[in-house]
Amino acid sequence: MSARARIHGARHWKTGELVDVVIVAGVIEAVAPAGVLPERPEEARFDAEGAVLAPGLVDLHVHLREPGQGTKETIATGTRAAAAGGFTDVACMPNTSPVLDEPARIEWVLNRAREAGHCRVHPIGAVTLGQLGEQLAPLLALRDAGAAAFSDDGHPIASAEMMRRALEYARPTGCPIVCHEEDPTLRGRGHMNEGAVSARLGIRGIPAAAETIMVRRDVELAELTGGRVHLAHLSTAGSFESLRDAHRRGLAVSGETCPHYWMLTDEAVEGYDTAAKMNPPLRSEADRQATIAAIVDGTIDCLATDHAPHTAEEKAQPFDQAPFGIVGLETALALTITGLVRPGHVTLERAIELWTDAPRRVFGLPRVAVEVGSPADLVLFDPDAEWTVEPERFHSKGRNTPFAGRTLAGRVLATWLAGATTHVDPERERRLLAGKRSPVGAK
Amino acid sequence: MTNVQALPTLAPEGAGHFSYPVPAPARDHRHLLGLEGMPRETLLELLEDGQCYRDQMDRGGIASHALDGVTVCNAFFENSTRTRLSFELAERRMGATVVSFSATDSSTAKGETLLDTMKVIEAMGVDMVVVRHASSGAAAYLANHLQGSVINAGDGTHEHPTQGLLDLLTLRQVWSGRFEGRKLAIVGDIMHSRVARSAIHGLVTLGVQVALAGPATLMPAGIESLGARIAPTADDAIAGADAVMALRLQKERMEQGLLASAGEYTKHWGIDARRARLLRPHGVIMHPGPVNRGVELMPDVADSKRSVILEQVTNGVAMRCAALERCAAESRNVA
Repeated sequence: MSARARIHGARHWKTGELVDVVIVAGVIEAVAPAGVLPERPEEARFDAEGAVLAPGLVDLHVHLREPGQGTKETIATGTRAAAAGGFTDVACMPNTSPVLDEPARIEWVLNRAREAGHCRVHPIGAVTLGQLGEQLAPLLALRDAGAAAFSDDGHPIASAEMMRRALEYARPTGCPIVCHEEDPTLRGRGHMNEGAVSARLGIRGIPAAAETIMVRRDVELAELTGGRVHLAHLSTAGSFESLRDAHRRGLAVSGETCPHYWMLTDEAVEGYDTAAKMNPPLRSEADRQATIAAIVDGTIDCLATDHAPHTAEEKAQPFDQAPFGIVGLETALALTITGLVRPGHVTLERAIELWTDAPRRVFGLPRVAVEVGSPADLVLFDPDAEWTVEPERFHSKGRNTPFAGRTLAGRVLATWLAGATTHVDPERERRLLAGKRSPVGAK
Repeated sequence: MTNVQALPTLAPEGAGHFSYPVPAPARDHRHLLGLEGMPRETLLELLEDGQCYRDQMDRGGIASHALDGVTVCNAFFENSTRTRLSFELAERRMGATVVSFSATDSSTAKGETLLDTMKVIEAMGVDMVVVRHASSGAAAYLANHLQGSVINAGDGTHEHPTQGLLDLLTLRQVWSGRFEGRKLAIVGDIMHSRVARSAIHGLVTLGVQVALAGPATLMPAGIESLGARIAPTADDAIAGADAVMALRLQKERMEQGLLASAGEYTKHWGIDARRARLLRPHGVIMHPGPVNRGVELMPDVADSKRSVILEQVTNGVAMRCAALERCAAESRNVA
């Protein structure tokens, strides 16, 4: 990459001003009104053409599937998909094969991510050995190896006693325990939200209470232990009420939700569409409205995708046999703009904050900003550009999205990680190659 | 937290919320996947055809060539005797070449997917597939992926449309063709019943008032959205009804903790002579079979003059003839 580069004529996500950003050795050296700073001949230049420049997005909830499930996704393809979605940081879940419950496995993930170079990866260690909910994983050693948090995601910790001990034991690490909140007995062998649609389709339902009960439990355990709880992918009105309550009580509890919970309801399952099967399941219209309300009033601390790639074969099965999960990295920003910003629920600035500063605060990640001295982890996007979701063009191996064929607003034009280009919109790249100037950091 | 709007706002109608059209296979008349959404006229035509076949049976037997040159495979991934026999008889009476197999989970246990199994069978030159499978939506799934016609012979706890049709044909005979304003009670394990779902869709479309009764543990949340009323007790559902349909109670419901005991079920939900007398004077007793005598239906009621259970079985063959004929005719139109 060029040692010195300039993003010219970008709209600063906070101030709204047209700026030039000069990057030297991966760090922002200058931010100034467009065209004010003299250009230097050795400088690589990227014309932003007035698109919005923001810090790289952060996703705290991603399944990169390695080690062991490379047919679904690899660290290389998953992080490449993240870059295409405007992300510079992702936290990956430990429900791999084997489970990330040993320090060496955390280091392995970090090494593979470094080799790929598309993203900063923050591995999440398992809470219990094998995610079996029986015996604590070596949380302190996992933390020393680089784990950013702990989670038995996909396998809710059934025992309140085990959760209590985990919260106490993890306390000195300062890392949150990321909780997949579903009471396993109440969830049973359900495959979708329990309600009119499940009754009609004859699919065994999962009641909203399966999630809400566990959220209530873990809010109380946060108070009992003083441990840090981060509630993953919340989907029910009752969960948001409990999170609101936890905030009022000043507990160390935070919570996230995902784009599909404000975009869709369980009606998307109509026709037994396995692309609409995820865990927790798509809920009722009242829950969808409650999701939006919880984002608007600040109850929700940050957004995440729960990117969960599966192979086409796995998803092409009868509904009750197909696995749970959808991909999300490459549609997250557009779904946020389409579903939250355009209808006027939140400002664009607030929406970006929920994908940047907010998740960084939750996991205690270093601050990134479009200002002098910050690492040049940046995303450039056009909030008005409309595009149609074509899963076959995803960088992710997973094509399992319920948004295929939908037209969304908000397109990522380029992503930079420490000044190096990790993604350029293909259409933009063609234009750049046809023109005279090369993109910043082109390899 | 900056720029947070002060008050939660609700999304404008439809904003950011995608609507979902009815999936294509449900509107493709080559298939019979369920009675949900089937237009009233189609239902009545099918019943008329079914009655013609029933008349032929009563006159000495069905002699039709509607399925000449058609190869049908009865693919039963769940055990069934009566439904499979009924389909096979109907297919043979219509002149079809018939192959059948029952495989609980053996082929999937060998690692072959449902779709692969069925594609192999289709590749042998099968035109129509009659499928029973433990997964709700399995028939619609196959209709999406196979070339030929798919007839749903029961998919999980979703639908069993030919059973629904034979129930309607039986009621058409009992009620002299007048459905509008009639009342029918369905009593028992609604939750796990594909028979109930198909019946509700068909009955509601024809203007019948349907009341559901059963233990709350076996009453699926939201089932009233199908257009049926949930009655507080079996007596309430049955009183003044023109027909009552008792559903089979599986023994595993007790093991699953959904019921305390068969005895308690029988006391509150079983159809005995007293409950049968709550029906209107000419009210009838129905059951999809096989009957657990003494559990959901008392033997004296099952064998009483009010019982039309064996009529249902006979009508099953006639109705399946009509359904097969229609799907085969639609296939020819498409081809």
